Amino acid sequence: MGNGTSIGRVRGLGPAHHGAHHWLLQRFTAVGNLLLVLWFVVSLILLPDLGYGSVSEWLAKPLPATAMVLLIVSTFWHARLGLQVLAEDYVHEAGNKFAVILLLNLAAIGGGAFGVFCIVRLALGGAL
Amino acid sequence: MAQRPLSPHLQIWKWGPHMLVSILHRITGDGLALAGLGILLWWLGALASGPEAYANFAGWVWPDLGALEWSGTAILLSLIKVVLKLVMIGLSWSFFTHMCSGLRHFVMDLGAGYELDLNKFWSIASPIIAIILTAGFWALLLLA
Repeated sequence: MGNGTSIGRVRGLGPAHHGAHHWLLQRFTAVGNLLLVLWFVVSLILLPDLGYGSVSEWLAKPLPATAMVLLIVSTFWHARLGLQVLAEDYVHEAGNKFAVILLLNLAAIGGGAFGVFCIVRLALGGAL
Repeated sequence: MAQRPLSPHLQIWKWGPHMLVSILHRITGDGLALAGLGILLWWLGALASGPEAYANFAGWVWPDLGALEWSGTAILLSLIKVVLKLVMIGLSWSFFTHMCSGLRHFVMDLGAGYELDLNKFWSIASPIIAIILTAGFWALLLLA
């Protein structure tokens, strides 16, 4: 940002029209969570039992595997947004807040990647 | 941090159902994010690792309470397993509570439901519906 001309002093300070971005994504992922977690809840009820055989056979099928991958993405994204608000509300010191949100991003993306990998491994027959 | 005057916190306000449902939304959401997603990954990791890992996972989060040992060092492990079983029930309650208060938020996001009586009604109804849904879920899962 410049400090000479009058336009240089204000450029970048005005509304970028991205203010609602976080809020909207929280809603988009909330709708995703609503559909996907309800699917998950109903699936758990409908499974004959929750032993390894029944669950792994079910989750390896294309549609359940796809839905579970989407569930992981939607819930981890939503959790990342929600926990960010928690940090912004309760971690007051700017440096600590930055560190917490940085770790949150690593954990959310790392956790989500692990979840997706496990589903893919199960679906593609890698598990014993 | 600048020493500015702070707005009154929880202990100052007279409690009402609107406060309760708002705080429940945050607590259940953060509980689901921290504990719920952790256990979900544990479950998926166990599934991807095979029957033995899955049985181990199930033994931790859903132990047969009658078969737990309560002597020597096993007491600590048994205690953790009982807590994990309670966490599983708590997570199901958290999901339905967060879902009901989340649906309430969707309505309010549209600009509806701010009339005092209506707002108070759904503030009380949301967590009660959530408890009924939680009970229904476990009844269908365990009894059906």
